[in-house]
Amino acid sequence: MKPARIGADLRVVVRSYTRNPVALFFSLIFPIILIGLFGLIFSTIGSTSTTLIVLNEDHDSPYSQEFLSALDNTTLVSVQPVNVTPSDFGTWLGQNGYSAGMIIPDGFEANATNNSTTNLTLFVNPEDATAEGEVVSAVQGVAASFNLEAKCGHATDCAPVIALAPLHNVGRPIYTYIDYLIPGLIGFSILTSPMFSLVEISSSYRKQGIFRQLSLTPLTRGEWLTARVVWYILLTFVAALIVIGTGVYAFGAHVTLTLGMVPFLVVGPFFFVSLGMLCGTVSKTPEAAALIGNIVTFPMMFLSGTFFQVSSFPPDLAAVAHAMPLYYVIDGMNQVMLFQNPGRALSDLLIVLAASIVVFALAVRLFQWREER
Amino acid sequence: MAAAIEVQGLVKRYAEVVAVAGVDFDVPAGTVFAFLGPNGAGKTTTVEILEGLRRRTEGSVAVLGLDPWTEGEKLHRRIGVIPQEFGFFDKITPKEAVEYYRTLFGSAVDPAELLARVELLDKADARFDTLSGGQKQKLGLALSLTNDPEVCFLDEPTTGLDPHARRAIWSVIRSLRGDGRTVFLTTHYLDEAQQLADRVAIIHGGRIIASGTPGEIIRANGRPARLRVAAPPELAGFLRKELGIEARFEDGHVEVDLGDKRDALRVLSAIERSGITWDSFTTQDDTLEDVFVRMVGRMDDGALKSEVPP
Repeated sequence: MKPARIGADLRVVVRSYTRNPVALFFSLIFPIILIGLFGLIFSTIGSTSTTLIVLNEDHDSPYSQEFLSALDNTTLVSVQPVNVTPSDFGTWLGQNGYSAGMIIPDGFEANATNNSTTNLTLFVNPEDATAEGEVVSAVQGVAASFNLEAKCGHATDCAPVIALAPLHNVGRPIYTYIDYLIPGLIGFSILTSPMFSLVEISSSYRKQGIFRQLSLTPLTRGEWLTARVVWYILLTFVAALIVIGTGVYAFGAHVTLTLGMVPFLVVGPFFFVSLGMLCGTVSKTPEAAALIGNIVTFPMMFLSGTFFQVSSFPPDLAAVAHAMPLYYVIDGMNQVMLFQNPGRALSDLLIVLAASIVVFALAVRLFQWREER
Repeated sequence: MAAAIEVQGLVKRYAEVVAVAGVDFDVPAGTVFAFLGPNGAGKTTTVEILEGLRRRTEGSVAVLGLDPWTEGEKLHRRIGVIPQEFGFFDKITPKEAVEYYRTLFGSAVDPAELLARVELLDKADARFDTLSGGQKQKLGLALSLTNDPEVCFLDEPTTGLDPHARRAIWSVIRSLRGDGRTVFLTTHYLDEAQQLADRVAIIHGGRIIASGTPGEIIRANGRPARLRVAAPPELAGFLRKELGIEARFEDGHVEVDLGDKRDALRVLSAIERSGITWDSFTTQDDTLEDVFVRMVGRMDDGALKSEVPP
C-alpha cells in the first residue's frame, strides 16, 4: 500500500464523482428529499393510533382486562402490555422510543368492588401533543363510562372508581419519528451510495478494459479498493451532516451529535464498498451485476430500520432484519445518537466490523484485474 | 542484437478451443515487429500472453528476460501497452490521466510534452467521453509512454480510425523506433505492416505461416511478376499458340507470368505481331497484401476475414 498511489487514485474518484450530477444527486440530494417526504407524511398521519404501553400491577385481574380492551376498542390507542420494574417505567419508555404509557396499580379491581377510587398514572410525551391528547381523552372517556356503570353509579355523591393521577412525562430525551429517521437515513446513504456505484463500476470497468489497463500499472487492487473506501467515508460524513442539519432545522429533530457516531460512519462505508465490489465481481455481465446488486440492496433498504423501526416489526420480519448488516449500523447509530447506550452500540459495531473484514478480504481475493485463465 | 522478446513453443488452449498452437519467434531489441493475422487467428491472445494479462498453457516466453505471468509487476514498469479499443474513466481529461499515471509509476514525465508528442495537446482539458476514437487511441499511446518503456505493445492501434488519425499514430510508432525502443504491433492492415515493420509474422489458425522481412515473405510466397495487357480474349489464345506460354484472360485483361524481366520484351513483340488492338499494359509484383490474401483468406472492406470461423 503506497499512500501516493491511493491519493492519485482518490483524485480520479473524486473528479469522476463530482463531474457526474446523477451520482451526486443520489448521494447528497436524495436523502434530503427522503427526510422531507417521510418527515411530512409521518408528522401528520403517523400518530393516528398511539401505542399505549401498559404496566398492569393488578395481576391481570378481569376488571383491568375489561378496562384495557375497552381502551383498545376506542381505536385512538393500541394497548400493549409489558412487564418491567415500575420505578424505571418512565425511563424505560423513553429509552425504547414509546410516547405513552400507563400504570394500573395493584388493587384496581378490589377498589372498584369497594367503590373506592384508583388513580391511574399516565406517562406522555409533551413533544407529541397529538399523541398526548389522544391518550388522555381515550383514558378519560373509558374511565367515565366505567364510573357510570360502577355500583353506586346513580348516586350523585359517589366517588369515581377510576381517576387520573397527575401526568408524568416519558423519561429521558423524547423521541419522535423524525429522530429515528435520521440514523435510518444516514444508514440508507451508507448502503445505497457505495452499493449502486461499486456494483456498476466493477462490471462496467471490466467491460471497458479499465481494470486491464490498471493491471498494467503499479496500482494494486487493495490500493484501488482503499481509495474507494476513503471516498465513500468522506461522502458519508457529508451526507450525515446534510441529513442531521435538515432533520434538526426543518423538523426539530433531537439527536445527540457524538464522537460515538464516527466508527459507524467509517465501518459502514467500508462494509458496503466491499460488498458492492463483491457483487460486481461475482457477476459476469453488467446486467447480472445490477440484478445481484438490487437483490442484495433492496430488502436491506427497507428492512433494516431505515424508514421504519425494527422494534415495530412482527417477530418473523424482525428476525430477517437482524440478519442484515445494515440493521447493526443503524441500530448502533440509534444507540449513540438517541439512547446513549454505548454498550449495545459497541456490540453492533463489532458485528459490522467483523462482517466488513470478511467481505473486504473476499472482495480483494475474488476481484481480479486480469483474466485468470 | 539481443532479443527483447523470445517465444518458443507457445500454446494457449481454452476449454474447447486451441487459440495458439505452437508459435516460435524472436523480436530483436530496437526493431518494429508486426504480427499479422485475420480476426480470430490468435494475435490478441499472443500479445496478451506477452503482456502478462493471460496465462499460457505451454511453451516459454521471455520479455526483457522476464516471465510476463509470474514477473508481471517488474515487467509492467518497463513496457507500455495500448490495448484494442483503449477505454478510460469517462470524466477524466488527458492531462489528468497522464498526471495519474505519472504518480502511479513515479515517473517525471511532463504531461504537456507527452501529449504534444501524440498530437493531443489541444484536447488536454477535454473529458475522455468527449474525445473521438482517434483521440482516445492517442491518449492510450501517451499513457503507454508515461513510464518510458523499453518495449511497446500496440494491439491493433489504428483499427477503425480515419486515415489522418492512422498516419498520426504511424508517425509516433516510427519515432518510438527512432528512440531505440522495441515495438510489437498487431494489425490486420497490410499496408501498416509494410510501412512500419522491420519484420513481420503472419499467424493463421494459431500457427505462424510465414515470417521475415516483408520482402522476404513476398519472395518466398508471392506469385511471379506479371504483365497485364488491356486487350480482348483472342490475344490470350494467340500468345499461347505463338509463344507456348500460359496466358489468362480476366476482367478485360490478358495476364502473363514473367519468369524473367526480358520475357516482357518477347511477349510485347508477339503482341505487336498479332495485329490485335490493345490498349495499355502494366507489370505487377505481389504486395504483402496479395500474399496475405492468398495465404489467409478474402478481403472484406479492408478487414480480413478468416477462412475458419473464429
